[in-house]
Amino acid sequence: MPSYRQLIASAIVVLLLALLPLAGSRYAIDLTTEVLIYALFALSLNVLIGFTGNISFGHAAYFAIGGYACAILLTTYGWPLALALPAAVVLAGLVAAVVGYFCVRLTQIYFAMLTLAFAMLVWGVAFKWKEVTGGDDGFTGIKMPAMISHHIGYFYFTLITVAAGIAALWVICHSAFGLTLVAIRENSVRAGFIGVDTRHMRWAAFTVAGTFGGLAGALFGMYHRGMYIENAFWTESANVLIMVLLGGIYSFIGPIIGAAVLHLLQTFTNQYTPYWPTVLGLILLVIVMVLPDGLIGLARRVRGRGGRP
Amino acid sequence: MTLTMFTLNAFYGLALAMNMFIIASGLNLIFGVLRVINFAHGMFYMFGAYITFTVAKTWGAPFFVGVLAAAAALGLIAFVVERLLLRHLYDKEHLMQLLFTFALVLLMSDAAKMIWGTDQYSVGYPPGMGGAVNLGFVMLPQYQLFLCVVGPLIAVAMWFVVDRTRWGRVVRAATQDREMLAALGVNVPMVYAAVFTIGSALAGVGGALAAPRIALVPGMDATIINECFIIVIIGGLGNMWGSFLGALAFGFVVQFGTVLAPNWQDVLPYLLMLAVLIVRPWGLLGRPEAGH
Repeated sequence: MPSYRQLIASAIVVLLLALLPLAGSRYAIDLTTEVLIYALFALSLNVLIGFTGNISFGHAAYFAIGGYACAILLTTYGWPLALALPAAVVLAGLVAAVVGYFCVRLTQIYFAMLTLAFAMLVWGVAFKWKEVTGGDDGFTGIKMPAMISHHIGYFYFTLITVAAGIAALWVICHSAFGLTLVAIRENSVRAGFIGVDTRHMRWAAFTVAGTFGGLAGALFGMYHRGMYIENAFWTESANVLIMVLLGGIYSFIGPIIGAAVLHLLQTFTNQYTPYWPTVLGLILLVIVMVLPDGLIGLARRVRGRGGRP
Repeated sequence: MTLTMFTLNAFYGLALAMNMFIIASGLNLIFGVLRVINFAHGMFYMFGAYITFTVAKTWGAPFFVGVLAAAAALGLIAFVVERLLLRHLYDKEHLMQLLFTFALVLLMSDAAKMIWGTDQYSVGYPPGMGGAVNLGFVMLPQYQLFLCVVGPLIAVAMWFVVDRTRWGRVVRAATQDREMLAALGVNVPMVYAAVFTIGSALAGVGGALAAPRIALVPGMDATIINECFIIVIIGGLGNMWGSFLGALAFGFVVQFGTVLAPNWQDVLPYLLMLAVLIVRPWGLLGRPEAGH
C-alpha cells in the first residue's frame, strides 16, 4: 500500500488539477490534457524499461492500435464510448501479448530491434489499409459522445481515466509481480535460479505495458479528434522513450515528470523556433552524457541520497 | 509474367539489393564490432546523397568525385563523433548508445534542413551510364548493372580484409574480448574509431550511389534506416554474408512485391522479417546471443 503521505500528495495533485478549469484558460486546459495523456503513455512504457529492464523501441504501436481502434469503433461502427474504449484497450493488450510472445524470446538489443520491427509493421498496416484507417490522410472526424465533446468535459474525463490508469499501474508495479520484475531487471539469471519463470514474467510485463499504452492512445485519438500514421512511426516510440529517460527510469513518478517537462518544453520551443529537433537532440546528449538517471536521479543526487532507490 | 519482364524485375531487384547491401554492411560492421545500433546510419546515407548532389550538380564535378567526397565527408564526421563523444559510452548500457545515435539523427536532420533546405533534388546518371545494354530479349540499364558489379566487389573486399588480413584479425578479436586484445598491446580505441569511420563511410557511399536512382528529399533517412535494420536482422546481426543474403531477399521481395502486390510492397519486407525471425530468432546466419 502507498504510504499515508503519498496518498495525501496524490490526492492534492489530482484536486489541484481538477480546479484548473476554474482558471478558465483554454490553452492551459488543453496543454494539461496532453501532458496527462503522455504521462500515462510514458508510465506504461516504464513497466518494461524501468521495472523489467527491457528496452522497447516500438511502444508507439500499442498507442496507435488503441487510438485507431477506439476511433474506428466510435466512428465507423458507431459503438458507444463505454464499449469502444475498453474494446480498444483490450485489443492493444492482445496485440501486445502476441507480439510480446515473440519478443521476449530475445533480450537486450535483439529485443529492442524486434519490438521496433513489429511496430513498423503496425505502422505499415495503418499506412496501407486505407479503407479502414484512412492511410496517410489519417483517420479524422471521430464521433465524440456529447458529454465529453467539450474541452472541459474531456479534460475531466482524461483526468479521471489517467488517474485511474496511474493508480492501477502503481498497484501493479508495487505488487509481488512488480517486485519480481525488478528482480529480473537486477539479475535475471538469479531470478531464474530462485524459480521465477523470467520469460513468462517479461511477457506479462510486455502485455501490461501495451494495454496501458493503448489506453493512452485511445485518449490521445479522441483528444485530437483523429489518429495519424505518424503516431505509429518509430520516432514516436523514440519520443516516449526520451520522456521516460528524462524523468528517470528508477522511480515510479519519473516518467510522469519526464513527460510533462518534455511536452511543455516542446510546446514552448515550437513557439519560438522551428528547430525543436536540435533542442531535443541536445537534451538527449545531456541525458546520455551526464544525466543517465534522469531528473529524479539528479534531484536525489542534489539532496545527497545517492542514485538508485 | 513473361521472361523479359521477369528478368528485368529480377535485375532491378538485384540492383536495389546491392545498393542496400553497401549501406547495410556498414551498419552491420559497426554493430558487429562496437555492439552499437547506429540509428544515425540512415542520416549518414542521406548526407552521402546530398553531398554528392552538391559536388556533382552544384559544383559540376564528375559524379565519382561526388561519391568519393561523400565517403570522405561521412568518414570524417563519424571519426570526430566517435573520438569526441561516442567512445565515452561503450561501457554504458545499450540504451544510452542507442539514444546517443538518435540525438545525432535529430541534430543532423536540422543541419540538413539548414544546409540544403526542404526542396527535392535529383542527381542524373553519370555520363556514359544512362543507357542500356541489349541482351537480345531484354534491355538492362547500365547504371543498375554497375551497381550489380560494385555490390559484390565491396562484399568480397570486406570479406578479404576481415577474414584474410592481420587488421581483420584484430577487428574480429575486438568483437570477442577487447580487454584481452588491449592487454596484447593493440590500440583498441583506435580499432573502434576506424570501424566506426569505415562503416559510416559505407553509408555515405551507399547514399552517393543511390542518388542517381532516387529523389533526394528530407525524411529519406527514416525509411532507409528501417530497411537496413530489416536486412541486418534477416541476415543475422553482425554477420556480413548474412547482410548480403538479407539484402538479396529484401531487393527481390520489394521489386516483385511492387509488381505483384502493389500498395503492399512497403509492408512485405516486415512480413519477410517476421517470417524469418519466427523460424530463426537470430536471423538466417546469426548465432544465438551469449547466455542462451
